[in-house]
Amino acid sequence: MSNSTPDLSCSNLVKDFTDFRAVDGISFDVPKGSFFSILGPSGCGKTTLLRMIAGFQSPTSGDLRIKDTSMIGVPPNKRPVSMVFQHLALFPTMNIGDNVGFGLRQRGVGKKEIGKRVDEALERVGLPGVSKRRVDQLSGGQKQRVAIARCMVLEPDVLLLDEPLGALDLKLREHMKVELKALQAAFDTTFVYITHDQSEALVMSDNIAVMNHGRFEQIGTPHEVYHAPQTAFVAGFVGEANKLTAKVTATNGAMLSLVTEAGSEVQVSALSAGLAVGEKAQIFLRPEAIDLLPLGSEQAAGSNATEAVVETVLFNGANSTVSLRDTAGGVISAALPQTGALANLKKGDRLMTSWSAEQARCYAAGEV
Amino acid sequence: MSSDASRLGFYLLLAPIMLWLVLLIILPHVGLFIVSISEKVGPREYEYGLGNYAAFFGEPLYWRTFARTAIMSILATALTLILGFPIAYYIAKLTKGRTKTTLFLMCMIPFWVSELVRTFGWMILLRETGVFSNLLQSLGLASGGVEMLYNDAAIMVGLVYTSILFMVVPLVTTLDSLDDSLIEAGYDLGANSSAIMREIVIPHAMPGIVSGCIVVFMLSLGNYLTPILLGGKDSLWFTGMIYTQFITRFNWELGAAFGFLLLGLSSLVVFVGLKLSGQSLSETMGRS
Amino acid sequence: MMFDNFGKFGAVAFTATAIYTMPIAAGADTLRLLTWGGYAPEEVIAKFEAETGHTVEVTTSNNEEMIAKLRATNGGGFDLAQPSQDRITSAQEEFGIYKPIDMSRIEADLFIPSMLSATADNTTFDGEVYGLPHVWGTSGLVVNTAKAGDVTDYVDLCEASVAGKVSYRLKRPTLIGFAYSMGLDPFGAYGDADAYQEILDQVEAKLIDCKPNVKTYWGGGDEIKQLLRSGEVVASMAWDTGGWQLNADDADITFVAPEAGALGWIDTFVLPARGRADDAAYDWINFVMRPDIAAMITNTAGNFTAAVDGDAGVNADLKARYQGSFDQAAIDNIKWYPPVPAGLEALEGATLDRVNAAK
Repeated sequence: MSNSTPDLSCSNLVKDFTDFRAVDGISFDVPKGSFFSILGPSGCGKTTLLRMIAGFQSPTSGDLRIKDTSMIGVPPNKRPVSMVFQHLALFPTMNIGDNVGFGLRQRGVGKKEIGKRVDEALERVGLPGVSKRRVDQLSGGQKQRVAIARCMVLEPDVLLLDEPLGALDLKLREHMKVELKALQAAFDTTFVYITHDQSEALVMSDNIAVMNHGRFEQIGTPHEVYHAPQTAFVAGFVGEANKLTAKVTATNGAMLSLVTEAGSEVQVSALSAGLAVGEKAQIFLRPEAIDLLPLGSEQAAGSNATEAVVETVLFNGANSTVSLRDTAGGVISAALPQTGALANLKKGDRLMTSWSAEQARCYAAGEV
Repeated sequence: MSSDASRLGFYLLLAPIMLWLVLLIILPHVGLFIVSISEKVGPREYEYGLGNYAAFFGEPLYWRTFARTAIMSILATALTLILGFPIAYYIAKLTKGRTKTTLFLMCMIPFWVSELVRTFGWMILLRETGVFSNLLQSLGLASGGVEMLYNDAAIMVGLVYTSILFMVVPLVTTLDSLDDSLIEAGYDLGANSSAIMREIVIPHAMPGIVSGCIVVFMLSLGNYLTPILLGGKDSLWFTGMIYTQFITRFNWELGAAFGFLLLGLSSLVVFVGLKLSGQSLSETMGRS
Repeated sequence: MMFDNFGKFGAVAFTATAIYTMPIAAGADTLRLLTWGGYAPEEVIAKFEAETGHTVEVTTSNNEEMIAKLRATNGGGFDLAQPSQDRITSAQEEFGIYKPIDMSRIEADLFIPSMLSATADNTTFDGEVYGLPHVWGTSGLVVNTAKAGDVTDYVDLCEASVAGKVSYRLKRPTLIGFAYSMGLDPFGAYGDADAYQEILDQVEAKLIDCKPNVKTYWGGGDEIKQLLRSGEVVASMAWDTGGWQLNADDADITFVAPEAGALGWIDTFVLPARGRADDAAYDWINFVMRPDIAAMITNTAGNFTAAVDGDAGVNADLKARYQGSFDQAAIDNIKWYPPVPAGLEALEGATLDRVNAAK
């Protein structure tokens, strides 16, 4: 896979607007048939990047190749990419069949052939027999699938998706994540998906690029991005994390000893942070990395064990969390498994918290 | 008790619209219709009959003028659409902010003066000793004065100019409501500009096109000043004919019949136009 | 229920309207005057209001619109109107929009006796007199003598020498003028519809022949003045005053009394049938016929009045232009419009329509 030509390849792509630089020297490859997400907060330049790939904006400098053909100067209607718009952009004046057949009509495909391929495409997205319906007769999820069918019927090399789930309600969004992933696998087409919702990116992607201020902070698998964030921005943006500000008091190889602002002493293993004694640091700690133990089990706890009082319990089924205040006064939030004795935890209960030095990430402060 | 009060309130709310309808729309038309079916048999002596309508069909001048007015109005409407659409598209889609407001305003400025003044403006431009004629002479393109007034083309120019705002406004409104991403989606799916115009922009703008066309057609059909002033000796126009019957011929009966025929014609053309474009009146008027 | 409400509402509305439109005081009235432009100058109104306490509201119009307006209201809405004398009896016969003049309330010695009696004769219907003479004038030709000096009669407008530089109205005076110029006697045929139709047919043929010569049929006085002033038109049928006004700006252009005779008209005073301020109307008539006031009106309107000594205070230029256009023979040759018999306009209208439609 890695030595075959990537479907999409950008090198040192730059886009300047009159008063700012939206995309700042981005390079990446998207391998054939993979689901590639660009994740970033609004205003990070991801939409500009996507529009450059689609051809609605031309890069200031750099190259953009699809199947090893440069797309610089190629208008959007001549590019082998299709785009699913944020609000889908289904044509309200046409019925579903005409929407899906639009691209084929532009290519001059015969009427019969169009009908056949439209029906096929609709069947593949699980909507057989809706050709004659009007756009406003479909539900949000159905429109989503029509929008994908409208693109996929053209068999594009790359399908671009511009936050298409944003307008859906939560339940449907959860459902569509799974469905999109399945559709991508079924069509075996390269998807480039932009979103600000980290959960969408984590669930669906083969690879995620985390974008901030016009640059990619990190490209990696969801697992890498989540568990091994390379920058403080990635650590903070992807997934939930407790953020502690601390000062380095001692270094011992990779092991750092720090004192948090609240005054607790903590041990963190940070190989590449390059921090010296006296420097300020930021520690990111996932809620699920914190173990909750009954009082008196100090011997069972690893490093960074401390006693804490329950401040609030945020019950949210499997995603329940608990907010704890430790003896030094610092507050952290921990995942609360809804199994065993901890399910009955309530405000004021006392317990032990502990987390291993390897599970926290530590970066020099001021990076974020 | 309370239902009585709310009923009274309902009727009070209804009263102005009903008054307007009855006093200003229905009653005058009923009166006019009665006049139109009155035939004069002697001084201050009338009897009912359809003689006035028969007179219309019996005299070729009348129905030829009628047909000419209708055809020229349709032509003027088509020309206004062809000219107005690119203007509206430019204003709605290709400009933003202040440029947009300025352009829109420039379209409206001519309409702050009366129609008479606007028509005289055209006369100053087109007449034999007018601006265009002098310009052509000074450029050496014409040896003598060129008369551009007093023909059907001058009428057309006047009609289009007089009504273009009423085409541009509804078009700008509907085109404004066209999501840019639909146009982008069209390009993305491989369409060229003309296909996008044909398959996306025009179908979307259809309610605006139809309502603009209805208004422009009505304005042209009912125009009186422009054809008379710019058309000169060949300016046969049906409204002029109605005016002549009412005012200079003292023949209200025939004038009223002409009025009803014109009402019938405009209703018919609008109906056919709506059918052909597949729009409904409520949709067209409701949206723009 | 609904109609009940409407009934009540209607009654209230009617009462309100009646109160608003009731005359306010008997002594000082509002005179609603329907007249021609120039017949009621501001200074005359101001003087009249100061002297009598009445107020004057002026609506300017023309013959046809005056009759149409009065017809629409069955003779209401105005207290005094000024149509031409030839349009009074037929309109009275058809629509009954005027009321008779009470001669005892007129200061008869202010009027030139011959004009007063001629107008009385021409406006008598069912034994009652309906009109008093006020302003008179003629229509004929206005010619740019430098460019079209050979145009001396109506039919000369159809000469090739002035092709494309000619204008006239598509109205009845054109039919009459052409008929006289062609050696016919339209006024003599007024009483005989068939004979009149024959005359109309000949005139129609002539006008259709003449159509290519015409630049445009003019509609308003300003339009024809503009055409003549710019030189786009060098000869036209028009009123005498228009010619004299142009003469003041351009000595080449003036009014010419045609060889066949200028057409003479007299604008009158008539009382609309449902006028409410007759006192003010009679006061106005007796006021404007005073020689000094008559001269003021002549100076603004450009035409002379039927007032005794009304020309005494008229400015010398206007008198000179008048004398330049009319020698005694031309004055004797003026064809005064007789009352138009009812129904004649329909025949003329059909002729005019056909001329208009001809290519």
